[in-house]
Amino acid sequence: MTDIENNHPASDLPQAIQAKRWRFAPWLIWLIPIIAALIGGSILVQSLRARGPSVTILFKNAEGLEAGKTRIKYKDVDIGTVRHISLTDDRKQVIVTAQLVKNAESFLREDSRFWVVRPRIGAGGISGLGTLLSGSYIGVDAGKSDKERDKFTGLDLPPFVLTGLAGKLFILHADQIGSIDIGAPIFFRHIQVGQVAAYELNGDGSGVILHVFINAPYDKFVTTAARFWQASGIELSVDASGAKLNTESLSAIISGGISFAIPEDLPPAPVAANNTDFALYANRDAALKLADTAVKKAVVYFNESVRELTVGAPVDFRGIVIGEVTGIRLDYDKKSGNYAIPVELNLYPDRLNAQRQKNAIPATTADLVSMLDKLVQKGLRAQLKTGSLITGKLFVALDFFPTAPAFKIDWSADRVVIGTVPSTLEELQTILTRIARRADKVPLDKISADVRKVLASLDTGIKHADKLIGQLDSKVAPSAQATLDQARKTLKSAEGVLASDAPLQQDLRDTLRDLSRTAQSVRDLTDYLERHPESLLRGKKEN
Amino acid sequence: MQDNATLRAVTAAERGLLSCLSCGLLSRPAAENSRNNCPRCHATLHSRIPHSLTRTWAFLIAAFILYVPANLLPIMETKSFFGEQQDTIMSGVVFLWESGSRILAMMVFIASIIIPLFKLISLTYLVLSVQSKSTWQLHERSRLYRLIDAIGRWSMLDVYVVTLLVALVQINTLAHIRAGLGATAFGAVVVLTILAANSFDPRLLWDNSPTDHDRH
Repeated sequence: MTDIENNHPASDLPQAIQAKRWRFAPWLIWLIPIIAALIGGSILVQSLRARGPSVTILFKNAEGLEAGKTRIKYKDVDIGTVRHISLTDDRKQVIVTAQLVKNAESFLREDSRFWVVRPRIGAGGISGLGTLLSGSYIGVDAGKSDKERDKFTGLDLPPFVLTGLAGKLFILHADQIGSIDIGAPIFFRHIQVGQVAAYELNGDGSGVILHVFINAPYDKFVTTAARFWQASGIELSVDASGAKLNTESLSAIISGGISFAIPEDLPPAPVAANNTDFALYANRDAALKLADTAVKKAVVYFNESVRELTVGAPVDFRGIVIGEVTGIRLDYDKKSGNYAIPVELNLYPDRLNAQRQKNAIPATTADLVSMLDKLVQKGLRAQLKTGSLITGKLFVALDFFPTAPAFKIDWSADRVVIGTVPSTLEELQTILTRIARRADKVPLDKISADVRKVLASLDTGIKHADKLIGQLDSKVAPSAQATLDQARKTLKSAEGVLASDAPLQQDLRDTLRDLSRTAQSVRDLTDYLERHPESLLRGKKEN
Repeated sequence: MQDNATLRAVTAAERGLLSCLSCGLLSRPAAENSRNNCPRCHATLHSRIPHSLTRTWAFLIAAFILYVPANLLPIMETKSFFGEQQDTIMSGVVFLWESGSRILAMMVFIASIIIPLFKLISLTYLVLSVQSKSTWQLHERSRLYRLIDAIGRWSMLDVYVVTLLVALVQINTLAHIRAGLGATAFGAVVVLTILAANSFDPRLLWDNSPTDHDRH
């Protein structure tokens, strides 16, 4: 080709067409990378700014969690995505690292909580059904604390009380948790008003602390006077007052529950503040019984079996429960060398005064001393009684026994001791024993010897009588027989005379007939004479 | 032209002539400082593409800048009943590889990651070599340029796939796919590299050759 070019001078070539120069400054081309830089920069800045904080959550396992897919949701709004799932060094837990969206810093508070939402079916209900299709996600409850934090330990179960839920938390102290679980319902007049949010052992393990949440409209019913009790399952109690069956609701039977009520006889109390402490009683009776504010402790010593007496048995005054048995022990009395059974009682003096009269119950100890002394002097004693024939349970009855041996309260002792009288059964037993003992003393040997002697003499007497009867038989009987024959003969003849067809009878009947005819004639005569008295003088008038 | 060193080439530029890049006609320039059009096919005539290196640089730099978000940002956002998923080019490749479609994964990897990168680096090298007036391996470099020009469009494969999916998968509530910002950036990168390759004048490669001048 070079040859051709060399052979053709430039003048032979066609001339280019001249066109209008289309000018633009060459530097304008740099606008392109500048624009690209602006766009790229803004995209990067945007995506960097859209990235929120990252959070690390420890879970027991990563069931249902998937890196890059599992979301973190708050009220069903995505606030982040799980980025990595790895194991801790000791392989006991799973570390889930998640990237939150922008402005999600507010979720990373000291008291924020994270948990995995999975479909769950429990006694309390079914939850998380939506995750069956969409897969599990991590739920979050934003805390309110001012402290920030980005490492959390995930909860095993979803919390039942979310921050921001209207209502109040209360703390219950119980000896045992019973069948109560997290989420167990709390009832007020059989309406569910809240649930158990959490439970834990108290510091020294001597009891259980339950955190319960009462939902908003109902929390105002929890006053400082409220009493909480375990309404778990079916409560069957057999005591001195008979058998009792208590249940709350079906779900409470299955999952346990708590009820509360305000004792009706108490004056209105202020609404309890958040986190107020309450005691959790074992049952309704125990909870409401303690409405008695004043408690007097007393001891009674029984010298008889307390086999069917239980702690909690009522103390009864003429049928009204005024206290309860709090303890039954066995004491060795050194002085007498005897065992006595001290039964500790809680007495509620308020109950003795249902009308709530003022000053009826002594306020000061001195007044109380004089009152009790007076009562004891009048014969106030304690006695064991059988409450129910079916159960055979015993209770302590207080009553007046004017005939009881004298007793005086020893005020120097640390406990008030009330005298006792034996129970009616015991008394009966004593009397029977006494009778038996007396019967024992009777000289039965001597008596039987005497009896034998008497019997022997009786024997001879009977023999004499026999002889006498024999004589009667041989001598008296024949003459008697003759007499009797005679009598029979006489009677026979008498019978002959008296028989209806006897001639005597016949004659008598005729005579009587004549007599009656005569009487008739006389009556006619007298009638006639009455009508015609003149006939006496003039004679019968001829008609 | 195995023995280039022995040949003394005359270039059109040296003779003050213009060659048409469209129809190959040589012509004399009409006037100084004016635009010349080919007398035969009326294409614009340049002795060399004006400001070729500057323009190539500008496009290259823009492509380099957008290459970063193109690979970092999701090119596709899939929302389905079972959740939401965002895929970058690389995560798509990994997904394809792990799900067994290794050939497809390799294709996407080559077309979407290797080729754009290869183009960017090669063009940069070519521009730099022209600027440094290097005469090393001129034939290989011009072959490299032809390769760049040829494979430039292949990278659009990914963009086509995304575009098709976005158009096809629009089942409300059940599933829908959206093109992400990454797709835009990626498309821009591909277009910019094509523009950069076009604005580079391969004749510049030979201008530096002291002994061997190809004809134009």
